Amino acid sequence: MKTTIRGLLAVLATTTMLAGIAEARTLKWARSGDALTLDPHGQNEGPTTALNNHIYEALTERDHAGKLGPALATSWQVLPSDSKVWEFKLRPGVKFHDGSPLTADDVVFSYQRAMQPTSDFKGYLTSVAEVVKVDDLTVHIKTKGPDPLLVNNTTSIMIMSKAWAEKNNATKAQDFKNKEENFSVRNAMGTGPYTLVSREPDVKTVLKRNDNYWGKGSVPLEVSEIVYTPIKADATRVAALLSGEVDFVQDVPVQDIQRLKGDQKLRVTSGPENRTIFFGMDMGAKDLKSDNVEGKNPFADKRVRQAMNMAINRTAIQRVVMRGESVPTGIIMPPFVNGWTKELDEAPPTDVNAAKKLLADAGYPNGFSVTLHCPNDRYVNDEAICQAAVGMWGAIGIKVNLVSQSKSIHFTLIQKNPAETEFYMVGWGVPTYDSHYIFSFMYHTRAGSLGSWNATGYSNKDVDAKIVSLTSETDIAKRNATIADVWKTLKDEVVYLPIHHQALSYAMKSNLDIPVDVANTPKLKSVVFKGS
Amino acid sequence: MFAYSIRSIAQGLLVLVAVAFIAFSMFRFVGDPVANMLGQEATLQDRQELSERLGLNDPWPVQFAQFIGNAATGEFGVSYRQARKVSDLIKERLPATVELAVLSALVATFFGVLLGVYVAINRTGFLSNAIMSISLIGVSLPTFLIGIGLIYIFAVELRWLPSFGRGETVKIGWWSTGLLTESGRKSLIMPVLTLAFFQLTLIMRLVRSEMLEVMRADFIRFARARGLGERVIELRHALRNTLVPVVTIAGLQLGSVIAFAIVTETVFQWPGLGALFVNAVQFADVPVMAAYLMFVAAVFVITNLIVDLLYFLLDPRLRTGGRTAKGH
Repeated sequence: MKTTIRGLLAVLATTTMLAGIAEARTLKWARSGDALTLDPHGQNEGPTTALNNHIYEALTERDHAGKLGPALATSWQVLPSDSKVWEFKLRPGVKFHDGSPLTADDVVFSYQRAMQPTSDFKGYLTSVAEVVKVDDLTVHIKTKGPDPLLVNNTTSIMIMSKAWAEKNNATKAQDFKNKEENFSVRNAMGTGPYTLVSREPDVKTVLKRNDNYWGKGSVPLEVSEIVYTPIKADATRVAALLSGEVDFVQDVPVQDIQRLKGDQKLRVTSGPENRTIFFGMDMGAKDLKSDNVEGKNPFADKRVRQAMNMAINRTAIQRVVMRGESVPTGIIMPPFVNGWTKELDEAPPTDVNAAKKLLADAGYPNGFSVTLHCPNDRYVNDEAICQAAVGMWGAIGIKVNLVSQSKSIHFTLIQKNPAETEFYMVGWGVPTYDSHYIFSFMYHTRAGSLGSWNATGYSNKDVDAKIVSLTSETDIAKRNATIADVWKTLKDEVVYLPIHHQALSYAMKSNLDIPVDVANTPKLKSVVFKGS
Repeated sequence: MFAYSIRSIAQGLLVLVAVAFIAFSMFRFVGDPVANMLGQEATLQDRQELSERLGLNDPWPVQFAQFIGNAATGEFGVSYRQARKVSDLIKERLPATVELAVLSALVATFFGVLLGVYVAINRTGFLSNAIMSISLIGVSLPTFLIGIGLIYIFAVELRWLPSFGRGETVKIGWWSTGLLTESGRKSLIMPVLTLAFFQLTLIMRLVRSEMLEVMRADFIRFARARGLGERVIELRHALRNTLVPVVTIAGLQLGSVIAFAIVTETVFQWPGLGALFVNAVQFADVPVMAAYLMFVAAVFVITNLIVDLLYFLLDPRLRTGGRTAKGH
């Protein structure tokens, strides 16, 4: 009897010990670049958002598939009495990492901070007139006109503690004119599932689980500590996973995916990213500078654009350049964006003869030559895609001179007004998950904040009017009809030459199963360890 | 010697200003930092406002003058990429690079001279031939390949050494060192070997050929005639006379070790200045690039100066030469 009790005690002791061990689980996370800053409104950049999302939270959040859900706000609506006011009800009982409660004051403060000129998130809040506190748990966002889609933008605006920011003189988002470092660059005070333990930029950031997290119970929160290390070199990053020094790797080089998939101790997850890769060309100019055609612009002829679209063998690019890690497409819109349909996604079949005929009909039986600008350090295999496409256009007689350069040079060419490129590659993500975002940046005539990425010279008054009408149309069915209508026109015009939706892969130890996040901001609070 | 030093220092300062000038005129070609600093939603107006705030719209000579003025006081502005003071960043990253570079230089010099003397004395042995063949690999293989090879063998397959980073470091004042912890020392092994390999083979081959040259000289024959032992001749007389060019090369190479560290630091995710620079280039982070280039130039200038002064100690002819030169 005694031995049984002793045995039982021993078992009990072991299980509690085991439970203790199971509780403390560190996840070592690596990707190619570090967050640039911890300031929640400082840099609107992928890796920065991905890390900050663990410390700070917004009113709403998207899951890994892009579905909108509640976070710090539990419900929201446009006031029935006033279509220009959004009402957000805050979650009660939420506490910042220092134990102070989240109130409407913090939300108002954070929105005002994000709307300052030095903030990199002000672009999401251009329609906002003011943000006011109604009571401790109610906030009204007043817009300049009706903005039925404002809630989509609230996922990006993270909420920080007002008292903390004021105490540490960090009430402004980072200002480069300031000669000193802003306190919020390396320190943080949010409500998120993880609290900051230490931060060495470009080296290591350690987060530990927030045991007072409001979502405890509704999310697994099994990871007790996150060690985030950027590893820039592809080979080293993969080696670190193979040698077991890290548990979870983003930015897996496509050439290594097959090999990693074959490893029993590892798991690779893949999925589409919220990003489409495509080419744009200047169809608005009277004459191109980089071509060999005098007095006219071949891109202005729709038949030329159609021919170039037909000449691209998208499945070959997917197979050879991307090793299967992409989804060929005929539209510059990722599949989960409002407005996407299967018909729109359809690309024309590759047909070299038909393309040649179209070129001949347009008056270029022998083709022409033109210069293509391409980034070489921004998208997955960007330069190789361009090289492949150049060969395909060569097959129909269009001689393309390829200029590949760093993103810091490439994107400036497109953004300058007038643009300094006549033929270029871009990859575009849609953070609002609505077609309007693509329309307003990529298709609207260049004017002020509209059409800022439209270097094609495409300008259609009718389309412009419809794009603008989308911002204030509150009837969702009517709005969606307009979106479908605009896409039909745009696809028919062949304004861009779409290539594919970029796919993402994550590699991890086999006891993890982290799904690919469409925005490439994995949420480690949802991680569940298998076999425990 | 004093006048000589002053002259060298003045020349050094001139070199620094020249480097700043060349570097600064090149920054226009690395791209527009503003494009990297703002999200994709930024409007043309936002970009112009930021350019204005950063002073990028000022005329080039104004920007250059400001840079020189600030640099003279050790102030390099705020990093565009990290929004932190560049002087802080440099200070934070310097220990990692210095530790790596100095250890590599020591390893390269020590083993380079040792092996060089060995292969010079035993010209035909099997071991000598093997060493010479391996040294060819060191001269011809690119650094990153050696690094990745080492990672594959020692981190992935054998799992003896960490594949990236510095391990645990200990802070001594503002200096951080990896030498005082086990993981820190383990982390140093592969990067140091990778960085040292090229220099080592270079020094070794140099010592060998110099030594063979010296061994044919008359004074060696006289030394033998005097009946001195072979070891004494080799190590006291021949080696000492071999060392002048070796010190030059090894000293000047310390500068390139720091510059070459860029590749090694990238391969091993070593948090030093080289990695900082690579990130800065991709982001067009001009303040960090400028500060780094000035730093590398300063290292070259200083090592040159030290090498020049070392000559005086090693080569008596220079000392007397200096004195007689005054008579002319």
